[in-house]
This record gives sequence, structure tokens and C-alpha cells, in this order.
Amino acid sequence: MVQKTKINAEDGKQELVITREFDLPLELLFKAYIEPGIVEQWMGTKVLKLENKKHGSYQFETTDAKGNKYGFNGVIHEFSPNRKITRTFEMENMPFGVQLEFLEFEQLTDDISKLNMHVIYESAAQRDQVLQLPFAQGINMAHNRLQDVASKLK
Amino acid sequence: MNLRRDVFQAIADPTRRAILLLVASQSMTAGAIATNFDTARPTVSKHLQILTECELLKQEQNGREIHYHINAKKMKEVADFIEPFRQMWEDRFNKLETIMKKYKSK
Repeated sequence: MVQKTKINAEDGKQELVITREFDLPLELLFKAYIEPGIVEQWMGTKVLKLENKKHGSYQFETTDAKGNKYGFNGVIHEFSPNRKITRTFEMENMPFGVQLEFLEFEQLTDDISKLNMHVIYESAAQRDQVLQLPFAQGINMAHNRLQDVASKLK
Repeated sequence: MNLRRDVFQAIADPTRRAILLLVASQSMTAGAIATNFDTARPTVSKHLQILTECELLKQEQNGREIHYHINAKKMKEVADFIEPFRQMWEDRFNKLETIMKKYKSK
């Protein structure tokens, strides 16, 4: 399968760019970012608040398999329908700080649209930590599974 | 010596991956790392030696103690490093696309 999502994270920089083309008209892509019920489905999170306007804010809450809750929130700085969202993003109670996100939505054809997500972190080190997170979680899950198996063997 | 292959061999082992995860959050002494595992201390030492040899971990003398910390530069050379992050977004965006295609046909 073709990998449609591209990440550009240059060495030693405190930013990264995520790009993706969707087989969707621009309006539908944008809708997926502003309708709470749809955001919940594809982000796999509960949307507690989502104010799509300048000076608006949003709050998400995700529950893992063990019932632990994780909060995410941010403030919206720019909201231009079907064009651009500028917002902050923060994982609550985590040492990763606040990141600034520029989401640009672009129509390529009637049925194809593109998202350009430019993310800026407080430092290059912090960016690398966030980049490592899914890698670390993968290891963690593998490790937990290993412990589960090991404890059954005892 | 094929160093690159060695790096992949190093992270192929679950205990060594778990060690990398531990040390990723803060630098630690061998003793502190070993307390996280049921494995015998010499086994953990052997894992640390392998991770240090292929430069995924760096040693730092801190008074009488040696702390291990992660070598982020080397970690980045491992293709796996950024891939789970990309994969996470790929999965999310695939889901978004599927949901909105259904939405469209409603």
C-alpha cells in the first residue's frame, strides 16, 4: 500500500511538517476537523469542548484500555473555514510543553485535497521527545505484553 | 564490522528495547536500570554493554557513578525511530478518509 502521510523532520530543528493528500473534497476534509462527533471517531478521543473560532479553545480526553484518562487541550488563534487553522496543542500532565500548529487545507482537484501541518516545538529536544513517543509506547506495550506472558509462566 | 546491522540486532531484543525506553526519559545507573527487570544483574549488564557498543547508549561518569543516557543521534539512524510516529498519523488520516467517504455517500 502507498504511504500517503509524509513527515519531514530535519535534524536539530524544533519543527516538523506532516503532509497528506486525501481522496476527499476540501469541504469534507475540513469538516472532519470541526465536527466534534467526527473528530471523536478518527482521533479516537472524547471531545469535551471544540470552539471553532479565533480565541476559541478545545479540550479532548482519551481513555486507554486500562481506564487511565489523558487530557489534551489548546487554544485556536486563527480560524479560516476551508483554508487554515492556527492553534496550540498541549498534552496535560506531560513534560512535552506546548506546541504551535499551523494547519493548512488546500484543494487540489474537486475530489482531492491536501493537508499541510506545520508544528513548532519549544526546542529541538522537545520535538525529538514527541517524535519518539509512539516508538516508546510501542516498546512499552511490547514490554507489558512480555511481562504479562512472563507472569503467567511463573 | 557491519555497525548498522548491529544497531538493528540491538533493538530486536525486547529487554534492550525496554532499557532504551527507560533511559529515554532520564539517564540512569546500571543498578537503577536493573531494578526494573526480573533478569539477573549480569544479564542486564550484558545488554547495556551491547547497547553502548553500538552507540545507542552513552556512558557518563558522574563522580563514582556511571550514568547511561540515550544517544538520540544514533537512535535517529534507526529507521524504526520516526516510523511509528508517521504510522500513527497514517492510521488516523486513513480513518478520517474512510469516515468522510461514508459521510459523503450518506
